[in-house]
Amino acid sequence: MNSALLEVKDLKTYFLTEAGIARAVDSVSFKMSERQVLGIVGESGCGKSVCALSILRLVPPPGVAAGGEIWFRGENLLLIPEHEMQSIRGNEISMIFQEPMTSLNPVFRVEDQIAEVLLRHKGISKKEARLQVTDLLRRVGIQSPEIRMRDYPHQMSGGMRQRVVIAMAVACNPRLIIADEPTTALDVTIQAQILMLLDDLRQTHGMAILLITHDLGVIAEMAEQVLVMYTGRVVEHAGVKELFENPLHPYTQGLMRSAPGRVIGEERIRLEPIPGVVPSLLSLPPGCRFNTRCPWSFDRCFREEPELIEPAGAHPVRCWLY
Amino acid sequence: MLQGSELLKISGVKKYYPITEGLFRREIGTVKAVDGVDLEVGRGQTLGLVGESGCGKSTLGRVILGLEPPTEGRVLFDGQDIASLHGEKLHHVRRRMQIIFQDPYSSLNPRQTVGRIIGEGLLIHNIGTPVEQKEAVRRIMEVVGLRPEHINRYPHEFSGGQRQRIGIARALALHPELVICDEPLSALDVSIQAQVINLLKDLQQEFKLTYLFISHDLSVVRHISDRVAVMYRGQIVELAEAVELFHNPGHPYTRALLEAIPLLDPNRSKEHWKAAMETAGPSLPEFCIFRPRCPQSEPECEKISPELQEISPGHWVKCLAYDRVSARL
Repeated sequence: MNSALLEVKDLKTYFLTEAGIARAVDSVSFKMSERQVLGIVGESGCGKSVCALSILRLVPPPGVAAGGEIWFRGENLLLIPEHEMQSIRGNEISMIFQEPMTSLNPVFRVEDQIAEVLLRHKGISKKEARLQVTDLLRRVGIQSPEIRMRDYPHQMSGGMRQRVVIAMAVACNPRLIIADEPTTALDVTIQAQILMLLDDLRQTHGMAILLITHDLGVIAEMAEQVLVMYTGRVVEHAGVKELFENPLHPYTQGLMRSAPGRVIGEERIRLEPIPGVVPSLLSLPPGCRFNTRCPWSFDRCFREEPELIEPAGAHPVRCWLY
Repeated sequence: MLQGSELLKISGVKKYYPITEGLFRREIGTVKAVDGVDLEVGRGQTLGLVGESGCGKSTLGRVILGLEPPTEGRVLFDGQDIASLHGEKLHHVRRRMQIIFQDPYSSLNPRQTVGRIIGEGLLIHNIGTPVEQKEAVRRIMEVVGLRPEHINRYPHEFSGGQRQRIGIARALALHPELVICDEPLSALDVSIQAQVINLLKDLQQEFKLTYLFISHDLSVVRHISDRVAVMYRGQIVELAEAVELFHNPGHPYTRALLEAIPLLDPNRSKEHWKAAMETAGPSLPEFCIFRPRCPQSEPECEKISPELQEISPGHWVKCLAYDRVSARL
């Protein structure tokens, strides 16, 4: 393989429901290099979280890996046996979930939950693990970690719990962290702290981050490369500066126009929402999947679905306008 | 501030909860959820109430609605003290004030049809015949952008944005004057948030509504508010016209909240993250409550309690060093 840390090729994750097949991730391809921050942005139901879970092979039934390849360190993760996958999860690739309260076990002390990761993957003694936990908590900015590590999750604030989740994620020095809406449940001030922490950890440990969010503001601040997803498809793929200076897809443009209050000096201006709602994956419109909400759609958009193409001098986009 | 024309006027409102311990629930302290708040909201106006989780903004909303009695202070709705009302009179006032909740998933009864949920207020207040009630429900569904033929569907058949529209329809069915919007957008997708903000603004025009818009997100509040109050640990630390607040924040906390908003600008320096300071500890400090988190506290902040002072017409700030704050922006 080449120098990419992670290469996802033509990934398909389908949910086989009674009502039909929902193609939650539909031929998604991307590459990530070491230390890179790749952002995936889109609304609920666009497939961004399923995409993340697919990489760790954690898609719950009735979801199935219906095709594609996930290359990580020279291996196709979709083909390796489960016990090998287990040694990758939490060790080389770890995940941070949105809601820190539900991703921590309420009946165990924070200390034991972080130590579990270390004991499982590093084969060290409990005493050694305890020392490392203290160190990890300090690195994620928890004050007096010797005392706080004895806490149960409910004794901590939302921001602290997310720091604990991050400590668990970085415990084994993974090469890749998948962060699924890591700051969505938090206040803006706490969000800024957590983003700063993730950025610091990336600089010091050199891990790559796959950042999944619905918030274009978070993407603008953190990501280097961005995938915009809609109904399981990648509709635009660009460098972050390129994306914000020259958004090509009408969906990306719509997301930017409807984001509230993100441009200083515009009080009480009328927002321009994207009309309508995301269509159900079980009843997608024929042609381009965005045609029900697109201000520019014309007859071709209702007949054929566009491919992800790279117009001359621009970045990949899935739209007939280009 | 305006005299006489305000629909809602609250003065010196405090809401304390006891912290108890042991078998006999001995009181070992109090949580000052709301600690001496004065606010006024004029008819047809929107007051934004902003602060982090736990600052007391939702509690204040509940006290205003009369769902919780204040420990001290008065809530005047159209000149009447809510706490002094009982029975028929309270029932009457309640009809004129409604609330839209944050979570459109947990605030709608999954076993009731949309028609029943929206019409419940009409039923309770005995307004019109069943046929008229159904007609009123259909009308309000249309107003908020729901399809009236879906009147017999259940909440799970709707998307998040549509559910929030159901919540809005329920609040508006009784033609209230004051609507408390408690984080009505935080559970919604960005494109849907914009739809709901615009809907709330249109409805305000159409029905001459007065809003108290509670949110942790200043970027949302700026699109809908005439004035904004910033709340920190139970107290109002800044109050100003929206434009003034965003362009000329006087309190270091307001500035921190503004700095923390991620903008759609990949070229912005990451320095602004540092403005978001450590969370404060559980104990409430003496004198300035913001001092432990304040990046520019001065020796006098440990000796004198700041009062809300009017630094320019209509712009109130609770900070001894507000002039230095502005200067550093």
